[in-house]
Amino acid sequence: MARDAGARDVAIAGIGATPYYRRGETAGQSITRLAGEAILAACADAGLSVTEVDGLAFYSLARAGYGEQMEAGELVETLGIRELKFSAALTGGGGGSAGAIGLARAAIVAGDASVVVTVMALQQRTRLGTVVASKAATPASSFVQPFGLAGPGHLMSLLARRHMHVYGTTRDAFAEIAISTRQNALSRPKAAYREPLTREQYFSARMIADPLCLYDFCLESEGAVAIVTASVERARDLRQPPVPVVAAAHGGTREWGRAFSWFGMPDDETFASSGSKPIAGRLYQRAGVTPQDIDVALIYDHFTPMVLMQLEDYGFCEKGEGGPFVLSGAIRYTPERRPGAIPVNTHGGQLSEAYIIGATHIVEGVEQLRGTAVNQVAGAELALVTGGPSAIPNSGLILGRDR
Amino acid sequence: MSTATLATALPADVVTIRTDPSTEPFWQAARERRLVAPRCGNCGAFRLPPTPFCPHCQSTAVDWTELSGRATVYTYTVVNGYPGLPDITLVPVVVDLPDAPGARLVSNVVGADPAEVRIGTELTVDFHPVSDGWLLPVFRVADREQA
Repeated sequence: MARDAGARDVAIAGIGATPYYRRGETAGQSITRLAGEAILAACADAGLSVTEVDGLAFYSLARAGYGEQMEAGELVETLGIRELKFSAALTGGGGGSAGAIGLARAAIVAGDASVVVTVMALQQRTRLGTVVASKAATPASSFVQPFGLAGPGHLMSLLARRHMHVYGTTRDAFAEIAISTRQNALSRPKAAYREPLTREQYFSARMIADPLCLYDFCLESEGAVAIVTASVERARDLRQPPVPVVAAAHGGTREWGRAFSWFGMPDDETFASSGSKPIAGRLYQRAGVTPQDIDVALIYDHFTPMVLMQLEDYGFCEKGEGGPFVLSGAIRYTPERRPGAIPVNTHGGQLSEAYIIGATHIVEGVEQLRGTAVNQVAGAELALVTGGPSAIPNSGLILGRDR
Repeated sequence: MSTATLATALPADVVTIRTDPSTEPFWQAARERRLVAPRCGNCGAFRLPPTPFCPHCQSTAVDWTELSGRATVYTYTVVNGYPGLPDITLVPVVVDLPDAPGARLVSNVVGADPAEVRIGTELTVDFHPVSDGWLLPVFRVADREQA
């Protein structure tokens, strides 16, 4: 029975964020200022004092974006946290966003910490859209960096092209993801873009890395988001309805490996994918649910084709059928669930609301299950949240509704 | 003859490469305009980029094998502009190497109209200067007679 399946021993108790800014707008602030503001907001949402926080579960190696570092000591000292008992980060990059909540759960289940914060803060001092070009060369990057693949979207355009070749996927499918995601942002007060995106705008946009145009790329935002986790028992005594962790998983197989840092994924089924299929299988198995049980999917949308490939890898359609699936209207938001359809990125995602390396997807999952989302899926019981397809580890998270 | 902008490679001064003991033989060979790939000295599997262990048998033994320079486009993109070079047109590719099965390279197609490049297009290696005297393996569309 999906309502009671899975772990449900740890819950998200609070969420908080700064305003979402455009590139350059937070230049006068520090990473600690942004992260701290989000942490304080999440603690206030939970009805906790920040002094009670005793664990930090980061992702992306606690990097703020891909450049600066979030320092545990600095956060503890400046926020007045009394004693830190757990501090760890998933390796990799944005692939670990959803998985960081699993790391928080691990700390709580093990008894290492009782109130754990996951935070991501992002400034574009190094512009993420061209981050590959701006990094110093390494022996490994010397096999990718010299060829004009300036940023992550350029790298992933190579997967998109192969998917189009093997499965007949068209740019119309990528356009539908951009347009439907924008549609969800129209009602979002904090969204960067609140005007509809038309097919004409999409198809006349500048090509950045053919087949990907401007609207296939996510935003380059700034800001911070924090999430507070605690045992489900503790969370029940706090201010908000607990949102239990039903399952969390991270990792990936050798065939995916470094992904866009080697491009050696041996077969088309792996190359033209998000690398998430093994994680999805483990996640559903541990949750005791199937893709059909998921009510809303918050899919890491750094680039539109990666949404399509995750929909395949997470089992919402067959491998290779992502194009026809999205073009059928299946990912459009409607308040009532429709058979065979799955509302995707009801918050406007990273394509249209804000790009905080996957953290906004966790926030939206929580709001959907509290029943307070702007674009609420009526009676949502299970939300899938995914981390950004990239080098291992990738991750996924299923959140539920407390009894 | 098309008037399209021909794809090129990044200017030499923009590209720096770094080596380590696993990768240096690849770059030293490129400097001599030879394309080589590491082949496992134990099980014979090719791998690229060069890495310390064979992922199939964990051996560190490597036979550096000289390749013909022929390649096939596995996937590609067309990139318009690069930081500091707004007008450049590049065709980054991932290529299969017929005489190093299982190994792929990321590279550029140069000297071609980007519209001419397709998945499956046959290529031959060339070498393009980068910083510090190193040469970068890049590819040209193969002569149709030879292909």
